[in-house]
Amino acid sequence: MSAGFYFGAEVFINGLMTGVLYSLVALGFVLIFKSSGIFNYAQGVMALFAALTLVGLQDGQVPFAHLINSIFGTQVHHFGWHLPALLAILLTAGVMVVLAILVERYILRHLVNQPDIILFMATIGMAYFMEGFGDLMWGSEIKKLDVGIPQGGNFWIEENTAFLGGEDFYGFYLDSLDIVAAVFAGLLVLSLVLFSQYTKTGRALRAVADDHQAALSVGISLRFIWVVVWSIAGFIALVAGIMWGSKSGVQFSLSLIALKALPVLMLGGFTSIPGAIVGGLIIGVGEKMFEFLIGAPFLGGATENWFAYMLALLFLVFRPQGLFGDKIIERV
Amino acid sequence: MSTAETYQTPDGRTIGAQMMEMKNITLRFGGVKAITDISFDILEGEIRAIIGPNGAGKSSMLNVMNGFYHPQEGEVWFHGKKRGPMKPHQIAKQGIARTFQNIALFSGMSTLDNIMTGRLTHMNAGILKQALWWGPAEKEETENREVVEKVIDFLEIQTIRKTPVGRLPYGLQKRVELGRALAAEPKLLLLDEPMAGMNVEEKEDMSRFILDVNDEFGTTIALIEHDMGVVMDIADRVVVMDYGKKIGDGTPDDVRNNQDVIDAYLGVAHD
Repeated sequence: MSAGFYFGAEVFINGLMTGVLYSLVALGFVLIFKSSGIFNYAQGVMALFAALTLVGLQDGQVPFAHLINSIFGTQVHHFGWHLPALLAILLTAGVMVVLAILVERYILRHLVNQPDIILFMATIGMAYFMEGFGDLMWGSEIKKLDVGIPQGGNFWIEENTAFLGGEDFYGFYLDSLDIVAAVFAGLLVLSLVLFSQYTKTGRALRAVADDHQAALSVGISLRFIWVVVWSIAGFIALVAGIMWGSKSGVQFSLSLIALKALPVLMLGGFTSIPGAIVGGLIIGVGEKMFEFLIGAPFLGGATENWFAYMLALLFLVFRPQGLFGDKIIERV
Repeated sequence: MSTAETYQTPDGRTIGAQMMEMKNITLRFGGVKAITDISFDILEGEIRAIIGPNGAGKSSMLNVMNGFYHPQEGEVWFHGKKRGPMKPHQIAKQGIARTFQNIALFSGMSTLDNIMTGRLTHMNAGILKQALWWGPAEKEETENREVVEKVIDFLEIQTIRKTPVGRLPYGLQKRVELGRALAAEPKLLLLDEPMAGMNVEEKEDMSRFILDVNDEFGTTIALIEHDMGVVMDIADRVVVMDYGKKIGDGTPDDVRNNQDVIDAYLGVAHD
């Protein structure tokens, strides 16, 4: 086999890894959309907020330091401690649960039975609020996130796959971070599926997604379920925030990864968990392979920026419900 | 109007003390009165029917009973206590289960899972224990699963246990919905037109299940029905509603001979 083939294979595998990260973000959307019919515009900002909080806690930053300093004329910035990564992650998860409770208490509860567009607008407002709040709380400079995930090319894989190709093939180059991210995303999805299939709360979650009234009639508290759903979406945002944040630093652009989740959702369907996973993988592999095979040689490159959206557009034309979404039936 | 003493039905079941009492219920939607000053009671162990023409306010009454609607006036008494303002899911926990006129199942879930949701009020394991599939949570799943299997056997729906309910025919969906309500082992079972849209054979099956539930488990049942014939066969006592008002209350025979009821159903000449 030629080196070109192996290089193609490497691009494919890297595409899969990126795709897993896309899936992760998309999954947060799907969960909330399924259970409450809300398209949560703030999902990306939640990832940013989670990452900011994680870095802040880990480095012992004083929250609202700028605000405190400018009001009281003090000079506090750091508590002077450094938390272990695992503890900081657990604390951040706790913060995401608190956030979920606040969202339910101060937003969702007041908007019950409102049209979807109102709820959507509320999440847009929430996104901007959280973005500003995150900045105010932790500062707006770009931060480095390091929770001990290995980064850079994985030499073990490179060395042990080198024999596959000929003289000019040096083995697959895979970023360790991508591998870790893929493994974690996989575990997260697996545990989510198990949780929703085999526990009573999981069952209640699916019940609420299907029919609110019936759910109430069997004794399910919608408020509790909403808190659970938003907490899970918060955990997913946290994992996504850790992975993307470790990769490219914690900064505002982290919240834009949500935009990449949109084509994933159009492909996979807004209501399907497997759809989010497969959709993410297709987009991830698709954009890398398109760039490799067509983009770079013929179109001058940089196709990764728009390929996903074009694919989504094609899907909207030919299969608007996505690959796995509920079929859209209009009864006349 | 309400009779609180115990009595014996012709087929030998004992009807006990008062379970639920609706006192002077009035329900308005804006300026529209859906229910006007209605009072009646439900006794332990009986099959109580609410009948009436379309738009009489029967479903509204059921929705008041399970807490979907809160009446502007009147009181609901349950087991001798006045019920405060409660959410439907809290009322479900008190032992009131219901079915819906337009089937409200969790269509993406299997028959088994749908009926399992009926057991939620009996399951208490915390969310962390569930997430970790910890001892108590697992034990609880198994125990409740056994109850559900009994319900499935009772309703003779073993063959569709794993089928997503969205794919089932209408009659079977109605039966699964009944199963979900039964799984809660309710004290009071509310059925909103359990036989609506069914063919004769399905109606007979459903009537048999309702009678069996009442007989075997001693469950008190309040049901709304359109079909007079069915109601007269299975109900112990009947409330008749028309335009949000109560126009009759008593045994099927009483009601059958009530002139107001006859007028409401057959129409009356206005001159």
